[in-house]
Amino acid sequence: MSQTLVTPGARTPQDAADAAARTLQAASRRRALITGGGFLAVGAYALWAFGLGTEGGTDAVFGMTVTGSGPKVGDLEVGARATAIAMSVVCMAAGVARVVLDASKLWRRLTTSVFVAAFVVAFLCWAVAGKQMSFAGALQNTMLAATPLILGALGGVVGERSGVVNIAIEGQFLFGAFAAALVASITDSLWAGLVAGAVAGGLVGALLAVFAVRYMVEQVVLGVVINLLVAGMTGFLYSQLLRPHGDKYNNPGVFQNHAVPGLSEIPVLGPVLLDVNAIVYLMYVLVAVVHFGLFHTRWGLRARAVGEHPTAADTVGIRVRRTRYLNVSGAGCIAGIGGAFLTIGTVGTFSKDMASGAGYIALAAVIFGRWRPLGAVAAALLFGFSKALATSLQTVQTPIPSEVLQMLPYVVTIFAVAGLVGRVRPPAAANKPYEKA
Amino acid sequence: MSHTPEEGGEPVAPRDTEAPEVPEAPEAASAAPPPKRSYGKAVVDAVVTGNSAVVTTLAILLALVVGGILMILSNQEVLDKYAYFFDDPGDALSASWHQVRDAYVALFKGSIVDPGTFDSNYAPYILNPISETVTQATPLIFGGLSVSVAFRAGLFNIGAQGQLIAGAIVAAWAGFQFALPTGLHLVVVVVGGLLGGAVYAGLAGVLKARFGAHEVIVTIMLNYIAVFFLSWLLTTGTFRQPNQPQPLGKPMHDTAVLPRLFGDELRVNLGIVLALAAVLLYWWLLNRSVLGFELRAVGANPDAARTTGMSVSRAQIVAMAFAGAMAGMIGVSQVAGPYNAGHQLTQTIDAGLGFTAITVALLGRTKPLGVVFAALLFGALQAGGSRMQASAQVSIDIVTVIQAVIVLCVAAPALVRTIFRLKGAHKGGEGSLVAKETAGAEAV
Repeated sequence: MSQTLVTPGARTPQDAADAAARTLQAASRRRALITGGGFLAVGAYALWAFGLGTEGGTDAVFGMTVTGSGPKVGDLEVGARATAIAMSVVCMAAGVARVVLDASKLWRRLTTSVFVAAFVVAFLCWAVAGKQMSFAGALQNTMLAATPLILGALGGVVGERSGVVNIAIEGQFLFGAFAAALVASITDSLWAGLVAGAVAGGLVGALLAVFAVRYMVEQVVLGVVINLLVAGMTGFLYSQLLRPHGDKYNNPGVFQNHAVPGLSEIPVLGPVLLDVNAIVYLMYVLVAVVHFGLFHTRWGLRARAVGEHPTAADTVGIRVRRTRYLNVSGAGCIAGIGGAFLTIGTVGTFSKDMASGAGYIALAAVIFGRWRPLGAVAAALLFGFSKALATSLQTVQTPIPSEVLQMLPYVVTIFAVAGLVGRVRPPAAANKPYEKA
Repeated sequence: MSHTPEEGGEPVAPRDTEAPEVPEAPEAASAAPPPKRSYGKAVVDAVVTGNSAVVTTLAILLALVVGGILMILSNQEVLDKYAYFFDDPGDALSASWHQVRDAYVALFKGSIVDPGTFDSNYAPYILNPISETVTQATPLIFGGLSVSVAFRAGLFNIGAQGQLIAGAIVAAWAGFQFALPTGLHLVVVVVGGLLGGAVYAGLAGVLKARFGAHEVIVTIMLNYIAVFFLSWLLTTGTFRQPNQPQPLGKPMHDTAVLPRLFGDELRVNLGIVLALAAVLLYWWLLNRSVLGFELRAVGANPDAARTTGMSVSRAQIVAMAFAGAMAGMIGVSQVAGPYNAGHQLTQTIDAGLGFTAITVALLGRTKPLGVVFAALLFGALQAGGSRMQASAQVSIDIVTVIQAVIVLCVAAPALVRTIFRLKGAHKGGEGSLVAKETAGAEAV
């Protein structure tokens, strides 16, 4: 940024300021051009690949009834080719709109959302043409995949906003999942398991905090090593105790779903969002609490101050290290609940390395969501949706391999951090240990 | 920094460029020079204040203790004895002791030497544990170098996982696709592995240098992309071995396999020679070449390097490509080495080595010899771990725990000093090598 502020030829400060503003504006114009052009290109590709280049005459059938709960809804049948063409045109229109119209924040978000939604619909019409896919089922799977991601990403946001990079989300998931399964099996109480999961995640968070804050170990490396430690420990205990004595130690059961009366009767989204288990409801609460807390409370202001400019925070009397210890441990608790969801929220047993990289996706969601709780939630939902789609389309036998779909979140994240989807800026003091002068 | 004499050789600023390979006891003496000191006193001082060799030793000790505790906690029979601990404490304690002793004795027998084989008077039996240790250390040396070279240039290579898969894919393809004479075929396979890894990591380097994309995130993402790409390849006709229920790759030709060095009974193979050659290359690159100087300068202070006219982006791309090439060699040794009997791609070809590589680099303090010793230690743990699992019924996962604890302690020497009540325990983090080794750390 320093180049934009020192503009050659500026005579007065006013000139310099104007020039700087112009440079900034030019940069944002350029970004709008690149993004809009990208939308246009992808839309044009979709138009050919999903629409014009395909055989017409088949319908794509989307099942809209959530199995097991909620009201019955008729299947949605659409002409595959026509819909794909229409949606591709919408994609291209979003690109044109991005280039032509002003680049206000609201407008950027709107065009991006429209683009993504239209592209997904166009793609699905092509993939499901002549076949049937349960769309409601995909949404349900999205929630299953996204719930731990959201919780992990919330933990990541809190940690990084306080100035500690949290690569150890994976470890917090694993230990949370392990402790939840073990404790719920021993005590025969799912709630005890949930608490244990949170505490376990918090312990991993505290370990991270102690090494990062007190011993100032490089945080990225530290996170990776902690993940290895937890993976080794849970894997070891699993092989030695949980697998041979599964009935005693690895038989926790699963939280049952509870429907919200009335609201869960809303077609499709009702049962998907409001006929879920306790951990998902807890997740809703935590999203709201973290978002409100981070931006509207004294705690949040302090956390962000410590993460952006610890020296300034220290000067006004905020205890930097203490804040980081508490926040990173608390963030670990949240991620630990996400881990508990993996065992006592869905499958009901612990298995070795069961987080299988979800922690790293949660980290990607943190970045993709630009270190904001709601952004991270949106990113986690997107990642969850692409995973659910991969699963659904695998059973439908689509023209493209499911592995490609599973790669998608990772590819998108690379584009995001490369600045092609918009600039991302981490908290200024993340990964910078604070030493009192 | 003068108050941490034992760390005096660690890079803080440009002094990095003159850093001796292994800054240990002599450094401790020189940084705070008392007029005359006996050798014995120097040793005592080193132990009491805890220099890096001492810290490493204590870290290993601590890790073994943690491992022992886990073994006791996880053994149902031993736990049952603790149920009546107050009636008969001896029973529980002796059971615990036997459990831990059996495990570590097996670990030793499996990795160094098993006295039971002396009677056979047959060299391959006696040398087998050492051969296994070296064999297991081979990919770890490559991995340690991969992570180290990136570290020195101020980059974190968390992507050895993906790069080794990329290298393994190309190497395996070169191995089954062509029919070439012995020797030449192996060269083609090795070059393929090097290039596969280098290009894949170079991608991360370019994204970093051109677009400022943080290499940690990019390499993590590339890891998963590689995993899914591999599992897709294993569904295609080009790669998949036909008539197999599992997705396995086609086996490589015999001419493409790394030859064993001392007959068929010992698994130690040409890979270790290549690994040591790579160590030499790494030493030469860092300490004798202009390019290596630039890498270290960029790692120590990118802004200063830029000011002196060095190309930061070039250094970053080169460092990542070199790191990827080394990781690609892990892939080569995985498919063409003795670890997989069929010499074919599998979905678990990476064996988690990409992450172990990071711990090797940290334990070896990114120094050439350090990486070799760290790899040998972890190789020994791995080799002994297999034996431990077989004969003492202790899951090999304990090895990962031991490795991680060692590295955590080494990364935070102040913690080790506190635990063992060594002097200088209250100096906060200034002794932690990792924080300093990577002065250009960025947020993720």
